Amino acid sequence: MEHIVEIKNLKKHFGELRVLDDINFHIDKGDVITVIGSSGSGKSTLLRCINLLEIPDDGEILLHGKDILKGELDVNKHRAKVGMVFQSFNLFNNMSVLKNCMIGQMTVLKRSKEESQKKAEQLLATVGMSSFIGASPAQLSGGQRQRVAIARALCMDPEVLLFDEPTSALDPEMVGGVLAVMKDLAKSGLTMIVVTHEMGFAREVSSRVVFMDSGIILEEGPPEQIFTAPKNERTREFLSRYLA
Amino acid sequence: MFASAIDIAVKYWPMFWAGIKTTLLLSITGTVIGLLIGLVVGSVRSVCSKSESRDSGVAKAVKKIVYFITCVYVEFFRGTPMMVQAVFLYYGLKPVFNWDTTVAGICIISINTGAYMAEILRSGLQSVDVGQTEAARSIGMTPAQTMFHVVLPQGVKNAFPAIGNEFVVNIKDSSVLNAISVTELFFQSNKIAGSIFKFTDTFLVTALVYLVLTFTTTRILRAIEIRMHRPPSSYPTSQTVPEARIKPEGGAQ
Repeated sequence: MEHIVEIKNLKKHFGELRVLDDINFHIDKGDVITVIGSSGSGKSTLLRCINLLEIPDDGEILLHGKDILKGELDVNKHRAKVGMVFQSFNLFNNMSVLKNCMIGQMTVLKRSKEESQKKAEQLLATVGMSSFIGASPAQLSGGQRQRVAIARALCMDPEVLLFDEPTSALDPEMVGGVLAVMKDLAKSGLTMIVVTHEMGFAREVSSRVVFMDSGIILEEGPPEQIFTAPKNERTREFLSRYLA
Repeated sequence: MFASAIDIAVKYWPMFWAGIKTTLLLSITGTVIGLLIGLVVGSVRSVCSKSESRDSGVAKAVKKIVYFITCVYVEFFRGTPMMVQAVFLYYGLKPVFNWDTTVAGICIISINTGAYMAEILRSGLQSVDVGQTEAARSIGMTPAQTMFHVVLPQGVKNAFPAIGNEFVVNIKDSSVLNAISVTELFFQSNKIAGSIFKFTDTFLVTALVYLVLTFTTTRILRAIEIRMHRPPSSYPTSQTVPEARIKPEGGAQ
């Protein structure tokens, strides 16, 4: 079966610093992959490379078997298919909640205003934000903003949705609501790559866990194996701090 | 002196009024057209000052050239006095356009303001969080769409106080256009004072008129600014779609 995203020998440097070193992995339809690891291990950079917010130095990123780093690929079309949810939400501050979810549909997907609005209202309902569609982002709490950001990404009908530490900037109390939305999404069959420090979420929801350390994938496997019987010494050390 | 000034104001009011009208015409059109020039030049500078990693060699070269041209424009018009620009451009281009002094005045003040506005807007655009750009790009918006829908509206809002200040400056600085005989407030005052040989009294009136103009303007701008930053007091809620959880649908086979 063809993988949705396949990454081969991906390398990325920032100056002298090697951030990603020969990364290889793939994701299939309906997969939920969580990427764990300490700060600076290259998790976010990996996500940003898949979305082309960072351009890798070397390697291949295949979307449906086609290399997105080569040739005449339309970067903007690619980004529309690969959604991204950021740690700092990044809602458009000059737009209402509803408009945040409509603008991409109208400008990028060229949907009509009515269609965009219908879709936006539906998805805002699924993340439980219907009562806030006229609010401006400044009036929302962090958890609410992140749920709107998820709805905004979903409005583009992405094939893969990338989450870059979606709960790291939230109050502990707000984390639950956002994770609940993400769990529902995972159950609905959405293909997701989630960079997270929420080990409970990783264990419960993911189909595969990837452990990264200093730019390398050290270990990869089903959550039960990673969390109960990690093969790598470094993985064990990292998880012991979370699970102790 | 005050009594005399009041006499002058009453007697020569039609002349003052003509000057006020020209001054307002110059400062309003100059600020508006200058803002439009600044929007274009500022956005272009902001886009051209950084090259994207996927840009081709040609795109990079074009960006550099465009950036250089805008630099020359901004530096020249900010680095020389408007009075000098006025005399230089008015007489220099008179054989070509054979233009009216008021039209020339509007052009000069607009181009001059545009150079300042470009820098004001560039800093306004730079103050917009880079996350806004990344979010827009991540849903597939082009650099132009990102600028137009997301960055520019926020940049302009951030820059609004400085933009308004430029308007106030223009009310005052349009007086230098008397150098090419634009019949604005200073030019009119000079004419009145010269005809009755009462410079102090006449220019007391002039100063007060300028003060009223600028003071009113700053108050209005301040009111607009407060209004702009006020969030909507109540927001409409969706009546059409009930709250619902996501239903599993396909895909998860």
